[in-house]
Amino acid sequence: MKHTLQQVFRSGKFVVGFIIFCILLLIVLIYPLIVTDPPLTIIAQGTFFPPGIYVNTYDSVNSPSTYILNLENAGVKRIASKLSDEDRLAMQEFLIVAGVPAEDIDITNTPQLLEQWNSNYDPSKNISGMTLARSRYFQRLNTSLKGLLKPEGEILAAINADSGDLEQIGLVNQNDYVNVGEVANVRLLALGTDNFGRDMLTELVRAAGVSLLIGLVAGLVATLIGLVLGLVSGYIGGIVDDLIMFVTNLFIVIPSFVLLILISFSIGQNKRGAFTIALVIGLTSWVWTARAVRSQVISLRNRDHVNLSKLSGHSIFHIILNDILPYIASYVIMAFILQISSAILVEASLSIIGLGPRTTEVPTLGLLMNWAMIYQAHIIGKWWAYFPVLVVIALITFSMNLMNTGLDQVFNPALRE
Amino acid sequence: MAKVMLEVKDLTTKYITRFRENVYAVDHVSLKVEEGKSLGIAGESGCGKSTLALSLMGYYFPPLHYTSGDIIIDGTNISTMKPDEIRKKILGQEIAYIPQAAMNALNPTRKIINLIEDVIQAHDPKAKKKEIYDLAVERFEVLGLPAEVLQKYPVELSGGMKQRTVIAISVILSPKILIADEPSSALDVTSQKMVIKMLLDLMEHGFIKSMIFITHELPLLYNVTDDIMVMYAGQIVEKGTAAQTVFDPLHPYAKGLMGSIIVPERGLRDVKLTAIPGVPPNLKNPPHGCRFAERCRYVVPECKVHPIEMLHIADNRHYRCIFSEEYLRKAYQND
Amino acid sequence: MTDEKKSCLRGSGLTKIFGLGQKKTVAVDHVDFNFYAGEIISIVGESGSGKTTLAKMLLGLISTTEGEIYFEGKLRDISTQKKKREYWKGIQAIFQDPYSSYNIFNKIDTVLLDCIKMRGGGRLPHAKKIEMISEACSFVNLKFEELTNKYPFELSGGQMQRLMIARIFLLKPKVLLADEPTSMIDACSRATILDMLMALRKETGMTLIFITHDIGLAYFVSDSVYIMEHGKLIESGTADEVILHPKKAYTKRLINDVPKIHEEWDLSTVKVSSIWNEA
Repeated sequence: MKHTLQQVFRSGKFVVGFIIFCILLLIVLIYPLIVTDPPLTIIAQGTFFPPGIYVNTYDSVNSPSTYILNLENAGVKRIASKLSDEDRLAMQEFLIVAGVPAEDIDITNTPQLLEQWNSNYDPSKNISGMTLARSRYFQRLNTSLKGLLKPEGEILAAINADSGDLEQIGLVNQNDYVNVGEVANVRLLALGTDNFGRDMLTELVRAAGVSLLIGLVAGLVATLIGLVLGLVSGYIGGIVDDLIMFVTNLFIVIPSFVLLILISFSIGQNKRGAFTIALVIGLTSWVWTARAVRSQVISLRNRDHVNLSKLSGHSIFHIILNDILPYIASYVIMAFILQISSAILVEASLSIIGLGPRTTEVPTLGLLMNWAMIYQAHIIGKWWAYFPVLVVIALITFSMNLMNTGLDQVFNPALRE
Repeated sequence: MAKVMLEVKDLTTKYITRFRENVYAVDHVSLKVEEGKSLGIAGESGCGKSTLALSLMGYYFPPLHYTSGDIIIDGTNISTMKPDEIRKKILGQEIAYIPQAAMNALNPTRKIINLIEDVIQAHDPKAKKKEIYDLAVERFEVLGLPAEVLQKYPVELSGGMKQRTVIAISVILSPKILIADEPSSALDVTSQKMVIKMLLDLMEHGFIKSMIFITHELPLLYNVTDDIMVMYAGQIVEKGTAAQTVFDPLHPYAKGLMGSIIVPERGLRDVKLTAIPGVPPNLKNPPHGCRFAERCRYVVPECKVHPIEMLHIADNRHYRCIFSEEYLRKAYQND
Repeated sequence: MTDEKKSCLRGSGLTKIFGLGQKKTVAVDHVDFNFYAGEIISIVGESGSGKTTLAKMLLGLISTTEGEIYFEGKLRDISTQKKKREYWKGIQAIFQDPYSSYNIFNKIDTVLLDCIKMRGGGRLPHAKKIEMISEACSFVNLKFEELTNKYPFELSGGQMQRLMIARIFLLKPKVLLADEPTSMIDACSRATILDMLMALRKETGMTLIFITHDIGLAYFVSDSVYIMEHGKLIESGTADEVILHPKKAYTKRLINDVPKIHEEWDLSTVKVSSIWNEA
């Protein structure tokens, strides 16, 4: 036993798969301790906020202390972040019409572009062919640029309750800074939000956990059923074997995914919990395990050591447990790992067509994909709503398949190089 | 004196294990096979007889490696040839090999005649199908195999027939030497007899010039080969004619081996079987002196001091023991 | 041999049919025999003759399709696990391949302790059990101190087969069925195994049944020889009768085809047999 374990951990493939899997598992276990929000609370008003650090503006203004930093290119960065590519192209267009040689204009060089704009823009200038709307746009652009370039800060004002006048209560200068650590409300949304405004990362971690659980339950159910049926039909044989194989073959000829869809559909959206789905997946995917175990048992039951065990007066139960099971244990463990990873994939497939667990309780990897698809994240380019989910699914199944191949190499010496 | 077909001088080959240990499975083996003669190699499993068979072809693949010595086939030294050259020019044409499970090596999806075409065309790409067919029919007829076999798939043949077909295919290019490693031990007695008859026919018709026959079944070896060599722990311990080795063995191990023969013949019920206690030495770390010393009942302290040299008592009679011929015979008589 | 030979195992009309309908194969076909207590019997047949199936039926490992087996004069009853266990106290076996005869997950100690338990010694003090096991091991020239806590695959084939005999030594059955006990081990170990089996028989007076394809072995060890062909016992008698004066053509061929060393091995009788797959 100890020797086998040593061998297993000497297989490179198994170790890599095992490490990836353990990292995923650790994240799933530890993350909820750090971010304690329930995954399905809506924290944002609006859909698909991009990933980033969100700092509360109110708290920033009211932060206990402000710091004055004289950073050289703060103004440039400020303007650069305001000036969209569209604006820059419009400025270039105007400047060319206004008579600046095209080769002198570099729209990526913000200070130079602004300087050229300031010296050339004239609102009264009428350019032939320009619509009124276009000329208004240029006026608006000019005003906003002027505002950005003014050296004084923004005034905060409030209505005085007594006089009803607007009074200055504070001034935010251009070189005022707050320390994020001192701002009361900061939230890191590493993967942004989903279409409902829920924190994508929290949801993803939770979904990975739920999917793993679904995989585990489905894998356990499938492996247990497959193992018991395989052992019984292989060892006892005869009419029992015929009967079990008849049922198994029935399950084989019906495409299991169609069966899953039908069962899920007939259960109804409201009764479909994650656990139910796991059970349904488990109950439809035991067939191959049963067949494989049966064929292994048949070849084992005629071996001399089984005969010898019989001659030693051991009961059927003892023989199955001591003389058959250890020989197929490695095989069953491998089948179990594969069952888990395939159950995770099946759950994702079911959910993506809207037949997964009901959406109000827990997220699953498939549900995340389902939501992203319904709200067209893939069309409007909100990659954070579906890409990380894909990566997690791929990592889980990849790590499990790696472990499986690694085990295969250890248990089937013929596959070693 | 007849022409020497195969001469092996001090051949040593080793296995390199996964843990980088050297196992010298064939240790300074020398032998000679003359034209028209056959040589039998006997020994327990693990004594190196099958490794010797593989080594004789000069075609090594890991974990088996060549260490030293010469293999001379009909005057050509093949031990210095490159593997590719050996595969193209030697295997099949000069030397053919039949392993124990040869009959399972037939490609089940091809007819026998196609397999023969493959073998011949691999060495002579211009050979015509018609010529090959004629050759195959003629060869099969001489060897007592029905020509209809040519049109069958391997699964349609019985085990014995399959084994004989494999042998017929492997000698289709008339190699000089055939190495047969337990060619009949998976078969029942009647099929075994047919395989042996065929091997002897091959020699008689000159399809092969010499044969090396390897088996652990001594009665079989006695009936098939002219000379018998006994191997123990990678070394040859005794060599002589079949009758000499079986009825007058000199080395204590050979004596023990011959004492374990059981045949259904009158009077053999009362023979006392010799049992040799213990197990052969581990070839990773063989004993310095006589390798059989640990199990030998005639052992004296000197046995374990120096490696034992082969004693040549006649042209074709050698044994590896520190005792003299007379001493050993007397010792055996007194038991 | 005295006149009052006691029947040990008797079979009447024993038949085993595998499969149904088209795929039906008759492995053992209405076999009758009477093995006497204390004799050494050989059942000789080529592969596919049904000798192993017959052995398994005698051991009660597979059911019989037809016919009865009488053990020590009484009709054998193995309908329940308890009765089977009782039967197996009387009849035990050694199999052909020592490497597959052991459960590789069990230590050698377990194998031998099971035997003591089966003989009703499960409650004996541990020291007594170890003493019994040591005695059994030394009977087959093995040292239990060197074997304890080892797994079977750490032994050589010959040692494993000797351990099997140690097992029989502990069980002391009335009948021992040895299915090709020496065909997978070397010629030198063969003599050791046979010697030990003979010594064991001398000590316990058990009936020894060899199942073998090796007619030389059958001649060498046995009192009576049975020849089996295609599921039928075609010839039986004392070893000298059957081997030296065979009556049936099949027996003659079988003996004739074995290579000999003192007599001529007649190769001229070889004829081309069927090319078809016989299996």
